[in-house]
Amino acid sequence: MNGLLILPILIPLMTAIALVLAWNHRAIQRRISVAGALILFLAAIGLLTSVSSDGIAVVQIGDWPAPFGITLVADLFSAVMVTMTGLMGLAVAVYSLSSMDAPRESFGYYPLFHVLLMGVNGAFLTGDMFNLYVWFEVMLIASFVLMALGGERVQLEGAIKYVTINLVSSALFLTAIGILYSVAGTLNMADLAQRLNSGDVDPGMVTALSMMFLIAFGIKAAVFPLFFWLPASYHTPPVAVTAIFSGLLTKVGVYSLIRVFTLIFLRDVDYTHTLILVIAGFTMVTGVLGAVAQTGFRRLLSFHIVSQIGYLLMGLGLFTELALAGTVFFMVHVIIAKSALFLVSGAVYQIAGTYDLKKLGGLYKSHVGLSMMFLLPALSLAGIPPLSGFWAKLTLVRAGLETEEYAIVAVALGVSILTLFSMMKIWAEAFWKDRPESDEAASDGLPELRTSQAWLALVAPIIALGALTIVLGIAAEPFFVLARDAARQLLDPASYIQAVLGGTP
Amino acid sequence: MEVVLAFVIGGLYAAGLFMMMRRSMVKVIMGLALLGYASNLLIFTVGRLTRGSSPLIPADAAQPAAPFADPLPQALILTAIVIGFGVQAFALVLFKRTYQSVGTDDLDSIRATEKS
Repeated sequence: MNGLLILPILIPLMTAIALVLAWNHRAIQRRISVAGALILFLAAIGLLTSVSSDGIAVVQIGDWPAPFGITLVADLFSAVMVTMTGLMGLAVAVYSLSSMDAPRESFGYYPLFHVLLMGVNGAFLTGDMFNLYVWFEVMLIASFVLMALGGERVQLEGAIKYVTINLVSSALFLTAIGILYSVAGTLNMADLAQRLNSGDVDPGMVTALSMMFLIAFGIKAAVFPLFFWLPASYHTPPVAVTAIFSGLLTKVGVYSLIRVFTLIFLRDVDYTHTLILVIAGFTMVTGVLGAVAQTGFRRLLSFHIVSQIGYLLMGLGLFTELALAGTVFFMVHVIIAKSALFLVSGAVYQIAGTYDLKKLGGLYKSHVGLSMMFLLPALSLAGIPPLSGFWAKLTLVRAGLETEEYAIVAVALGVSILTLFSMMKIWAEAFWKDRPESDEAASDGLPELRTSQAWLALVAPIIALGALTIVLGIAAEPFFVLARDAARQLLDPASYIQAVLGGTP
Repeated sequence: MEVVLAFVIGGLYAAGLFMMMRRSMVKVIMGLALLGYASNLLIFTVGRLTRGSSPLIPADAAQPAAPFADPLPQALILTAIVIGFGVQAFALVLFKRTYQSVGTDDLDSIRATEKS
């Protein structure tokens, strides 16, 4: 029995319970929150090392044998994602200490944050379709409340859009599960993989089902043309919430897509994966074009989330080992770089009191260090060597060239240039140009410069994430080997099935 | 009986989606509820509408005696109903708070998120 597999779900749950018990004591809550996130991160690293040395880990909850009970599975890809959740949880938990305001802290920000982490980890680890739905809902309900917590008008309006579209997606997901069960008679992913690919099931039915899952997960992953809710809502809550959302929530959608389209829906790869490739291209282009037109710091970054989702799907669409390795590597890279950028936008807001690029300016003159901390993940996102984004994109582009999908390669490279352009736009507007005159009046009401300790909590996560993107870039080899192993496992469903169902192949 | 339910489910989906496209917040909530009912009912129908004995496996057999309905979808719906209830309750409160803060239930006037 592998206890490590349950810890990533159990630790946030226990932390959330402890936090609720300490409801009236903000100071204690802050300590518990960081401690819980730290333990979660360590447990996730433990899981990753265990999985990378001993192979796929499986736990049958309640000891019910595989297709009947609920199964938790961690292959390398899951373990990498859980580790990223732990890392993001820790970074944002520390960042929240000085960026979250007192009223939100008193009304359950920290417990909700850890419930969110629990939902995300559950979704990464489960080996059962219906259980995946349940974890999705755990994650969503926590994210709904985090989105609306504080009750500012713009937050409520953003939350309405976010909640409505996600509930539609959940209803679709549930419907698809119902039909899937009627076709296959099971919801265990390994069992599904066996039955749907065995030949007694009508391939047309399987493809139709796969499209329902593509739409349901596609809404959550914010792919073209289902992404409009994301830029309409992600910039409304406090920046710590935006950072954790951008780091994890859409990635759960992408993870689910990769999981079902590498394990279960393999009957008509020519059709489904080509479709995914086309969607990937459009997602990249529309996302980045939307970003170029924006003047709000966080709205611009929100459109970039959409654009990066396209790269992740590109690897899935190409469907070779190298391509999937690129996707896994890109996933790690984009979670780090993107969240770092959002955290920088929050720090900028603390200094200047606005997210509007037109009103910002002169930050390079006053805060050189912070400017560098923006530049690092920004260049990494655009794919400048030797940062992590370069290797991620290089792998994907090479995989595209090897499979002779030149159109998607051209799109990916073109979008990179536009990404660089829009990052430079932020750089020029917020950091490089002089501060506009009209801002002087507005700057009177700004929060006064914090104590050095609070400043440290704000900047330390940014520096850590920035350092990670350099490490990922300069010492790419071990990470790439890990990503390639994860991709190899993804392309070999038999090993997954063998691990879950045991001796009944 | 399955045919009748198929039409009912289809009608629920259609009604739910239609309601969601209205401009009023209250109607959107109703649409969300109807969508939820439709998928619950669908899963219920999937488990066969057989009226028979309980699906208990006799000690000497590998599966229950012939006319029985699959109990698993019913267990799934129970979970889905509880989740749906919680989410809809939250959505109701959210829409009410928004109504209080914006002062209208016209979704077309919800445009504060368009500004940066």
